[in-house]
Amino acid sequence: MNYADLFRVTLPETALEIAALVVLVVDLGYLRKAALRVRVIVAALLGVAGCGAALWTVGLQNGNGVLVGGWEVLVVSPVAVVAQVGILVLTALTLLLLISEDFTRHVGEYVAVVLMAATGGLLIAAAQDLLVIFIGLELLSLGLYILTAFAKSSGKSAEASMKYYLFGGMSAAFLLFGFSYLYGLSGSTNLAEIEQSIPQAGMPLLYVAWVLIVAGLGFKVAAVPFHLWAPDTYEGAPAPAAAFIASVSKLASFALLLSFTYGLFQPGKVIIGPPHLLDEYFRIEFAIWQPLLIVLLVVAAASMVVGNLAALAQASVRRLLAYSAIAHAGYILLGVAVRRPYPGHGDSFRFVLDSFGPALRSTNAILFYILTYGLTTIGAFGVVSVVERATGSDRIDSFVGLNKRNPLLAAVLLVLFLSLAGIPPLVGFYAKFNLFAAVLGVSAGPVPFALVALAVALSVVSLYYYLQVLKRAYVVPAVDESPIKAHPVTLTVLVAIATAVVALGCFPALLQNWIESFYK
Amino acid sequence: MLAWTIYLSFAGAILLAILPKGRPALARWLALSIAVAGLAVAVAGFIAGMGQGLTVFVDLPWMPSMGIHFLLAADGISRVLVLLTGLAAVAGVLFSWNIELRTNEFFAFFLALIGGVYGVFLSFDLLLLFVFYEIAIVPKYFLIAIWGSTRREYAAMKLAIYSFAGSAMVLIGLLAAYATAGSHSTSLIELGHAGFPAGFQMWCFPLVFTGFAILGGMWPFHTWAPTGHVAAPTGASMLLAGVVMKLGAYGCLRVGIALFPRGLAPWGFSVVGFGSWRDVFAVLAVIGIVYGALVALAQTDFKFVIGYSSVSHMGFVLLGLMTLNQIGMTGAVMQMFSHGIIAGLLFAIVGRIVYDRTHTRQLAELETMHLSRRLPFATGAFLIAGMASMGLPGFSGFVAELQVLVGAWNVNHWWVAAAGVGLVVGVAYTWRALQKAFFADALPTPDEHPRTGWPKFEPITWPEVTGVALLTSVSLAVGLYPKILLDTIEPAVKALLAGGVQ
Repeated sequence: MNYADLFRVTLPETALEIAALVVLVVDLGYLRKAALRVRVIVAALLGVAGCGAALWTVGLQNGNGVLVGGWEVLVVSPVAVVAQVGILVLTALTLLLLISEDFTRHVGEYVAVVLMAATGGLLIAAAQDLLVIFIGLELLSLGLYILTAFAKSSGKSAEASMKYYLFGGMSAAFLLFGFSYLYGLSGSTNLAEIEQSIPQAGMPLLYVAWVLIVAGLGFKVAAVPFHLWAPDTYEGAPAPAAAFIASVSKLASFALLLSFTYGLFQPGKVIIGPPHLLDEYFRIEFAIWQPLLIVLLVVAAASMVVGNLAALAQASVRRLLAYSAIAHAGYILLGVAVRRPYPGHGDSFRFVLDSFGPALRSTNAILFYILTYGLTTIGAFGVVSVVERATGSDRIDSFVGLNKRNPLLAAVLLVLFLSLAGIPPLVGFYAKFNLFAAVLGVSAGPVPFALVALAVALSVVSLYYYLQVLKRAYVVPAVDESPIKAHPVTLTVLVAIATAVVALGCFPALLQNWIESFYK
Repeated sequence: MLAWTIYLSFAGAILLAILPKGRPALARWLALSIAVAGLAVAVAGFIAGMGQGLTVFVDLPWMPSMGIHFLLAADGISRVLVLLTGLAAVAGVLFSWNIELRTNEFFAFFLALIGGVYGVFLSFDLLLLFVFYEIAIVPKYFLIAIWGSTRREYAAMKLAIYSFAGSAMVLIGLLAAYATAGSHSTSLIELGHAGFPAGFQMWCFPLVFTGFAILGGMWPFHTWAPTGHVAAPTGASMLLAGVVMKLGAYGCLRVGIALFPRGLAPWGFSVVGFGSWRDVFAVLAVIGIVYGALVALAQTDFKFVIGYSSVSHMGFVLLGLMTLNQIGMTGAVMQMFSHGIIAGLLFAIVGRIVYDRTHTRQLAELETMHLSRRLPFATGAFLIAGMASMGLPGFSGFVAELQVLVGAWNVNHWWVAAAGVGLVVGVAYTWRALQKAFFADALPTPDEHPRTGWPKFEPITWPEVTGVALLTSVSLAVGLYPKILLDTIEPAVKALLAGGVQ
């Protein structure tokens, strides 16, 4: 192991940890007597600065990961870098939303825990070793449990955190159990090595391992049937924490799911040998990953159906967002499941996987989707938190007359919810189109097609519940016409997010090209 | 040049959305000037495009990695429909002159809808077309839900869900076509040359066609139309009937038929007399013609009569498309234009001129009001509009429906026979509505006719006169001299037919 590499690759994590410590020291050491307003602003800005520093260090990576015993433990792959940048940007946005909040007096601790949880997210986005994955995941999860419980005066917050923790502990146990099977089958904890040392196809134990692992990761992304924590947590957690869970944690977990099949799709991977060996190579790789894909497809379909249908019945906007998050997780899992390696170019003896084949196109589509979804959902939680503070509830009916009470906020809500519903020209539409086109482009078999058709049909259902909220905001006459005030910083962040949603919807190539630039 | 219709409308929508509240007069004039500017561009584009085929005027890479272009182009069919949109927009603004509630928002949604419609008619990239198609749906929801009447929230949600269900079918077809063609481009021109396998076209065609036809008011998916039209504020129902239903029919033609022509080929076997998708959809269209007319005959609400008549008239468009011959399809496009003008006029009279003065749409109540004496302008206007709607010679509807029927005769005599029944019932329901609403039998009794005269209705305003004059003169002009439109439509239909359809 090369310690210089380790130091360089973990620079972003280090930056975040240092920022977390600085926040604690400044808040507890120097600002003990200061007003809460000041402390919140200082803590949040220090946190944002930490994210900025980490972002800068992500840019310093030169493409080599950390090797232990010849196998990569932490990679600097396109997926990892894009996910890390996304994690840092989204974390900074949720920190900015904290500025107008007053649910806690312990702002220093809050920001520190957010930064540490984000560190866990950075780790799992790059990890290729089961142990590192597990540690990163626990770092992220423990932070999230604490953040959920942070509104100490709210019973709901404590309840949500307890539920989240119990489910989380259970799923971590499943995950670890699954990992132990993988280790038992292959004798290694490294994903790439596991890939190479499980030669036999269709091994029943492999199915068991994948089912257990999907149970563990399905919990993280809130996929059916491991979703039960999501509505309660989204409802009970303080708004910035809920936004963090819904965006950053999702993004990191999907990056982890992608890295489970990373070795398979590594662009530029060269395979040398006669054609029949090439077929043999793909056959073996498929034999290992195929069970995972089947399990994922089942979970994806269940998430789409349950999430969309359950959202129809919700009266609380936070719970509605939770179920819609489950549905969105279903769409993304569909993309994750259907990725297949695709012949690149080369002659019969030397075969190079294309740097931008259809499989990578679908990886890109997934990244695009999850990044923009995270952005949109942070904005949605921001609007909900402003309304909640003004009306004391997140019921759908507390949005009545929002257009009269704060037109700008209502316009932001309109843009964000229509984007979640997938209406062009907003980014949610393009993300869906891109993802589904990639799924069909990779594999035009009947099963993926049926699932895409199901997903498109269900997004019509989703429009109904998003419109229920927008109807309250725009159509139903206001009962209480007193204006709703939003903190200028919050409002600026929300307007910026809405602008980004519109701009990226009209010019998706901006983000698309940025993601693709990492493959060059 | 025609691209400016889109940019102008969206710029106007944004401008109106940020306009300070409490300046309704400013909002109205701004909306009118933008609509008129759009119409001027549409007319200029129409004249400049005479005798030209397909012209591409904007082609920019939009999502380069997916081969999707911002591709705007127009052929004869597009130019005619853009012209219709311009007319409907101006008339719609004129008949919305009395909107006092949240005026600037109303016109912002209105212009956003118009911009989307222009966009659909001018897009030659399937994804771009779809984007504009969906942009046009959202404002409709808000226009009806906020400014509507009778069960407006129900009607608005129903319309939105129907429209999106239809567009979901289109999206599935779009994704499938994009993947099947090799995922290089969504340009209609390139997809048209993609040579989709016959088996693929056989299932993709009905999917896409039905998806668009839902918005085109095809029976049995028409039920959103009457409730939506009735609930919508007058300006919006003029747009709904006038241009939004045309979006559906246009999509059927431009995407369904032009991209998947082999989906119309015979199946090779027949099920209860249906040997191809063409038979199925033609029969559905004929059912729509007759059913819409019969239901219109039984309505007690004046606006519902017009709502169902739209279903009946749109049946002619779909029937014309299914003839797959030159004259029938030309007739279908003519009927799109003609119905857009006439339905707009009818909704304007019923929803604005009559309703805003009598505050009722029930025929039974209108019967007692002696409107022919008290509202001579409305009576005269409805008489003309009714004659146009019945398809009397001299109006645009006659030329259009005649061509559709001639085209259909060449394919299947029974279609014509059934549609003829619809025409006769069409005369009956128009006559019935005219008679009940304006020329009720009962003479006024002495106490109903006080010496001082009836309480005065508000006088007819200039926007109403202008709007009626605009729409009737267009319908008459096209009816008397159909060559102005036919010269533009016919070559475009010919090119479309030569491109593999038939």
